[in-house]
Amino acid sequence: MLDTVHQVETPEGVDLDLRVAGPPVRFVAWLLDWLVRLVAAFVIAIPLFMFGGFGLGAFLLVMFVLEELYPILFEVLSNGSTPGKKALGLHVVHADGTPVGWVSSVLRNLLRTADLLPTVYAFGLISMLFTKSFQRLGDLAAGTLVVYRDEARSKEVVANAEPRPAPVGLRLAEQRAVIAFGQRGPQLSPARTRELAELAAPLLDAEPTQISEPIAYLYGIAAWLIGRRGKAL
Amino acid sequence: MNQELFTERGEKRWRAFEDRLKAIEIDKKPGSRDFSLLYRSVCHDLALARQRLFDAHLIDRLNGLALRGHQHLYKTPTGGFSRVTDFCVRGLPIAIRAEVRFVLVAALLFYGSGMALALSIQWFPELVYSVLDPSMVASLEAMYDPESAHHLRPRGYDSDAAMFGFYIRNNVTIGFRTFASGVFAGIGSLFFILYNGVVLGAVAGHLHHIGFGRTFSSFVIGHGALELQAIVLSAAAGLRLGWPILAPGHHRRLDALRLGAKRAVPLVYGAFGLFVGAAVLEAFWSSSVLVPHNVKYGVGAILWLLVGFYFVSPGRNHGP
Repeated sequence: MLDTVHQVETPEGVDLDLRVAGPPVRFVAWLLDWLVRLVAAFVIAIPLFMFGGFGLGAFLLVMFVLEELYPILFEVLSNGSTPGKKALGLHVVHADGTPVGWVSSVLRNLLRTADLLPTVYAFGLISMLFTKSFQRLGDLAAGTLVVYRDEARSKEVVANAEPRPAPVGLRLAEQRAVIAFGQRGPQLSPARTRELAELAAPLLDAEPTQISEPIAYLYGIAAWLIGRRGKAL
Repeated sequence: MNQELFTERGEKRWRAFEDRLKAIEIDKKPGSRDFSLLYRSVCHDLALARQRLFDAHLIDRLNGLALRGHQHLYKTPTGGFSRVTDFCVRGLPIAIRAEVRFVLVAALLFYGSGMALALSIQWFPELVYSVLDPSMVASLEAMYDPESAHHLRPRGYDSDAAMFGFYIRNNVTIGFRTFASGVFAGIGSLFFILYNGVVLGAVAGHLHHIGFGRTFSSFVIGHGALELQAIVLSAAAGLRLGWPILAPGHHRRLDALRLGAKRAVPLVYGAFGLFVGAAVLEAFWSSSVLVPHNVKYGVGAILWLLVGFYFVSPGRNHGP
């Protein structure tokens, strides 16, 4: 199954799931950071230019900090997130799930230069598409991942239906598939939704009478799986 | 035990664990004594919930708690000021000696190519035009002409400060590029180190040939002690980064890259520190016209000796 879950086995012997972030959301985060830096450069530059040569020297230092050190300082000192990443609920962690430190942050951010080549992050994008966890060259060398913070998942919404438990125990991947159906079903064409639901509902071992409405049936299970109880909303 | 009972029994523990997490994350308090105990029980609950095919929302919640706990428990400590001073006092020289092969190769390429070009220009002066374009040569000649007026007039302190900012941004960025481009099996770093060697060799050779050598060498000798070594270290770090791709040894190439990259970082820190030191000297000392040439030579020679001593000696008794 196409999935963006990266599993980490802890020393306690349990597997933790990390959801890795793909190129589009990381591009948006990068864009936000770029804007933040642009605004910061302007705000700082205006008073500095009243100080002649000293101001120019200080401005060049500020530019250096914004260009090269900004991502490193934020990632290490602000729980793995630059402001752009924070806004989108992303953060950088080591591949074993631990928070990013100086060495790995320095590596992944200095190697940005290599990812930028030959133009517009082409190597970085190719590398992300060919690795399972969307790692650009800097991430590969540093052993880091960009992942979603866990809060992002609690905001999941599924189509409205009366919650009901699944008749059989479902493995986590199966549960995720049903929840994904509950989330995306309403955006598909009705015929396609129905086709998918009819494929899946018998697998849930339901009574034939229950699956006269397979779509609502699956939506109900999805609602149950994300923790909703009681009547439909 | 069904899910309702399981949740009912676990709820209190999970809430308690979440409180501990919040205390660490928001109030920045150190972990409490029962932290690891609670963490282990949450891990246990997570494994159980997975095994028993409980609902996704419950598994996600426990996964989130365990993950946050994991991050606090297994965090790499980011040492304070003492780690920095320790690195400066002996960490860097130890790292340089640990990667001495890469440092020597980078130094040989850099100084070798530079000297080769500087010497050849003494016999074939027109060679400088195959390396530098004529307008560049002309501006160099104007800059280091001993008869030129700007060697007699002191530069203002504020333009020194402007140059300092320029040197930092320009030189450190080039150093970082030299390192980063090494990820392509070292090729980028090789290019940068040879390019820098050839260009600097051409500049020095040409200025010496036309008799401006004294103004040039008295200007560069001081900060050169740091800056040239910083260039070498940047390239050495890049080679250290790229070498495992060619020769991964007993690891997979990707793992070899990751392990090698870690060992390159101290060299990058070292290059950064030397570049900053060089920028201070270049902006505020080398350009000063109040200091006589001979004093600059003397101080420059002492700086070269100190840097050499620093690379070779400190930390020998401390092991890697």
